[in-house]
Amino acid sequence: MQTLRSRRSQSVPRLVRYASIGLLAMLLTACHTDMYSQPKFQTYEPSSFFADGRSTRPNVPGTLAVDQVKTDTYLNTGLIDGQPGDVMPFPVTADLLARGQQQFTIYCSVCHGVAGFGQSAIADRGPIVPANFHQQRLRDIPIGHFVDVITNGFYRGDPNNGGYQSMYSYASRVKPEDRWAIAAYIRALQLSQNATVDDVPPEELANLGR
Amino acid sequence: MGQIFPRNANLLIRLSIFASLLLAVELTLILGVYFRSNYFRQINVAVQQPVPYSHQLHVGVLGMDCRYCHVAVDKSWAANIPATETCMTCHSQIKSDSPKLTLVRESYATGQPVDWIRIHKVPDFVYFNHSIHVNKGIGCSECHGQVDTMAVVWQVQPLYMGFCLNCHRNPEKYIRPRDEVYNMGYVHPADQLQVGADLVKQYGVNNDKNQLTNCSICHR
Repeated sequence: MQTLRSRRSQSVPRLVRYASIGLLAMLLTACHTDMYSQPKFQTYEPSSFFADGRSTRPNVPGTLAVDQVKTDTYLNTGLIDGQPGDVMPFPVTADLLARGQQQFTIYCSVCHGVAGFGQSAIADRGPIVPANFHQQRLRDIPIGHFVDVITNGFYRGDPNNGGYQSMYSYASRVKPEDRWAIAAYIRALQLSQNATVDDVPPEELANLGR
Repeated sequence: MGQIFPRNANLLIRLSIFASLLLAVELTLILGVYFRSNYFRQINVAVQQPVPYSHQLHVGVLGMDCRYCHVAVDKSWAANIPATETCMTCHSQIKSDSPKLTLVRESYATGQPVDWIRIHKVPDFVYFNHSIHVNKGIGCSECHGQVDTMAVVWQVQPLYMGFCLNCHRNPEKYIRPRDEVYNMGYVHPADQLQVGADLVKQYGVNNDKNQLTNCSICHR
């Protein structure tokens, strides 16, 4: 038979039982992801704020980014008064040529070939005809020409008259210093294919033919 | 004194013994198996992209360097997705009529980007920087696997904190010479620990003790 006292003591475990449900529910509140996906934009993150759905914004018309201001025109274009110049804007060192070789191998060799003969796996696959750097015309041309072509690309024929852009601009991919490094390396490649015994340093002569 | 527990409480106790056993098994399965599974971590799940671009063809067969497209990988924290201009550099002339490239041509004409599907992600509180890793001798394939063999890209490593710490605690196990960073098929030499320790010192990877395991090296 239940007394008033026992009924009251029964309510304590019931309270504990119901409270545990609440406690378990609180555990679930730890499962939230707002730190994983924070209210900020990371590269390429889409955005519903802008009409084109991109969080990465193009330049406002009429403005330039800091690194887009090109004050040193020869360094950035390779041209003097519209004609390719034939001097390097900075001294050529072994490190620069190594950098040029690295950049040439990444960006140029895919079409022009590692040795610059205009033959490569990609040139074999399509109607593109990459220039051979060892032809006489390009051996004689001023070094600024290569920088100009890397910067602006190259047109085969007149673009207004059925011509097309056979090489796209690499300005967004190769920075000006590296364009000059590549141009210097192209010159080194050209020399390498037309070297004679007289070009070998005397102390290296004994190593020839090994 | 009244009874606190009714008679049927005995049954509840017996049941709860089995229930707790079941709970233990479930917890083990959920925490130890499900959260660690490749299914949950989306590892080895090939993702079909809107443009059927094949790394296997471009890198494996044609031999293009990673940096031809991912230009910024050694200069910035993000390994950029190439601009459509990069695709069109070749594809304005090669396979220029291919229906597979329709989206690329549209993107180039309109300026709207192709909606590539992201495969490798880390949470927003992780500040992973590509350039410091590739410039200090951590190869692409260390995290991304042999992408040059993947016609469709999938994730091969769990990009979880445990995976990061594995290398941050022992960089000498995974470091390689700088000119091998972009070599997809690089195999670590047998004396990797010795070579690796030298490279860690030479590249100044872990100058201060525990520098690499400092919280703020990845979290800001």
